[in-house]
Amino acid sequence: MDNLIEIKNLHATIDGKEILKGINLTIKPGEVHAIMGPNGSGKSTLSNVLVGHPAYTVTEGEVIYKGKNLLDMPAEQRSHEGIFLSFQYPVEIAGVSMTNFMRAAINAKREYHGEPTMSAGDFLKMMREKRALVNLDSKLANRSVNEGFSGGEKKRNEIFQMAMLEPTLSILDETDSGLDIDALRIVAEGVNKLKNENTSTLVITHYQRLLDYIKPDIVHVLYNGQIVKTAGPELALELEERGYDWIKNENPA
Amino acid sequence: MKKNSNNIFRKIADKAYEYGFVSNIKTDIIDRGLNESVIRLISQKKNEPEWMLEFRLQAYKYWETLEMPTWPHLNIPPIDYQAISYYADPLKKNKEKQNREIDPELMKTFDKLGIPLEERLALSNTAVDAVMDSVSVKTTFKEELKEKGIIFCSMSEAIQEYPDLVRKYIGSVVNYRDNFFAALNSAVFSDGSFVYIPKGVRCPMELSTYFRINAANTGQFERTLIVADDNSYVSYLEGCTAPMRDENQLHAAIVEIVVCDNAEVKYSTVQNWYPGDAQGRGGVYNFVTKRGDCRGINSKLSWTQVETGSAITWKYPGCILRGDNSQGEFYSVALTNNFQQADTGTKMIHLGRNTRSTIISKGISAGKSRNSYRGLVRVSKDAVNARNYSQCDSLLLGDKCGAHTFPYMDIHNDSAIIEHEATTSKISEDQLFYCSQRGIATEEAIGLIVNGYAKEVLNKLPMEFAIEAQKLLSVSLEGSVG
Repeated sequence: MDNLIEIKNLHATIDGKEILKGINLTIKPGEVHAIMGPNGSGKSTLSNVLVGHPAYTVTEGEVIYKGKNLLDMPAEQRSHEGIFLSFQYPVEIAGVSMTNFMRAAINAKREYHGEPTMSAGDFLKMMREKRALVNLDSKLANRSVNEGFSGGEKKRNEIFQMAMLEPTLSILDETDSGLDIDALRIVAEGVNKLKNENTSTLVITHYQRLLDYIKPDIVHVLYNGQIVKTAGPELALELEERGYDWIKNENPA
Repeated sequence: MKKNSNNIFRKIADKAYEYGFVSNIKTDIIDRGLNESVIRLISQKKNEPEWMLEFRLQAYKYWETLEMPTWPHLNIPPIDYQAISYYADPLKKNKEKQNREIDPELMKTFDKLGIPLEERLALSNTAVDAVMDSVSVKTTFKEELKEKGIIFCSMSEAIQEYPDLVRKYIGSVVNYRDNFFAALNSAVFSDGSFVYIPKGVRCPMELSTYFRINAANTGQFERTLIVADDNSYVSYLEGCTAPMRDENQLHAAIVEIVVCDNAEVKYSTVQNWYPGDAQGRGGVYNFVTKRGDCRGINSKLSWTQVETGSAITWKYPGCILRGDNSQGEFYSVALTNNFQQADTGTKMIHLGRNTRSTIISKGISAGKSRNSYRGLVRVSKDAVNARNYSQCDSLLLGDKCGAHTFPYMDIHNDSAIIEHEATTSKISEDQLFYCSQRGIATEEAIGLIVNGYAKEVLNKLPMEFAIEAQKLLSVSLEGSVG
């Protein structure tokens, strides 16, 4: 299998408005891609479309993931197949403990793959190990999902869930937003520890800052619903220095 | 991002009601209609003493003067009380009247409901009184309980065997003049359970009554009386189901509980009467008066209810805290889906000194349903140091349902401390999407969220029933999202 995911001419709308206007992007196993771009360029839309958010409609194009048509799969199946989104704004769910939430998630995935339910002992052991990766307090794991978590705790909790679910393709949607420099480092270290030659990462960010910690192989610039530039890590540095205006000037809307 | 909010919650589909079957049992049903001779006939069929008949007739005469109240936040179609049959007996009668035989079909029905009536198959540590339509068909573990002096039998049997006890307590907590349905029930009540726990006895097993409506066009009017004498303890549970039918069926019961000095009663209900279909056709009208009288000092009564069934639920299990230091508790989960309506809550009447009450109510509304909490906390002028804590939460699924809270407080003593908290929350599309991104499908996610929300109340149920109730909450919401 050469490509993990291949996005071809992807168009998508929300409330009838076209946001993605022909995205082409291919990610191979083991690669880290970064997508940068100014506000409103469609970065979050792309991540939401890939994980099957019901508010978006794909109007054209296709996405082949592990050789299968991704767009045919319901959101939970995409998760079972190894796509994980670290949310820009993680959602609070009152009354549902992180433990019960993760157990439901893990067992749903195991059931999908025809594996038996995990024993309570094994599960709790796994929780402990993965928690350590992102320095997540055991108290947080006993609380309701994201309820009363600080901004940094929520982002660490996202990476903790990523560690639990062991995805093949992780999409980090503005994971750096709202993080101070220490929290950023913990989150980035967690992501790096989870990386291997079979897993890929798509980092969506405004700023170069996160890319100091999670080194991309390829950097894309998304503007006005299309990828207008693709290069190596040096592109991120150039954007940091020059801003996005020159991109806008080169690609008049 | 909100485009599909209506989409996700849009479809109101038939929910799976797994108890909707009808059993083919030969049933002796009296003619429809209500008048004095019907009441005499019921009393005669049950071979009742004169005082019981008088009790019924008095109630009937009073009922005739009443109109059905209209104050609840419910939309109740007119009920034709002459179109209902007031007595249906599924037991075969042998030549000798005493030896009534149980139809094997009837045994099968209760097996199917998960309530085996053979003691060797019974739920662990639970005695059951099984009531179908108007008659108690069997009570298990009666003999074992009797050895401890505990009486657990049908109300009909109690009237025959323990008339003095029944006469002493019946109507002493819920008077026939209490309300419209209390008067109706007092006139036509058929069967139900009677429990007496003697002084100093801790009942060694759960007692439970399982109510089943089977016959069509009948009403079920049972009456339960529980007396916990000084220093005794009992945990009692009732469950209810009914077949799926297009017409509505009336269930108007009375439960009376007497709690003496230092005694404790836990009363749990898992109510799953047929709720009607997705279009709002059919379903049971569950209009029930439940009240306990904590007469003794240090007495304690705890109501726990999980209400998922019935087209309309209208009831307020309450506690009269008469004894000094007595305690009342009310834990409730009321779930409404499709076109179901519920107006339920409690009454805590503080009369004695140092009385305490706790109210935890969790409403869950889905579909186009309407769900109201209505509760009264009254502190009389002599009730020194009364304390009440009330918490009323509402959870909404979708934007076509309604949740309402009507708390009443009537405080006549300045030493009272009364707290009331209320919250309203919604399961959002964002929460459901977050779950599905983590691999948890929407229906499972709703089950997870609802059970998390109701946990505080479910934890109060006896263990096995808590697990059943959890499943029930999830099943009752099936089809509430598309």
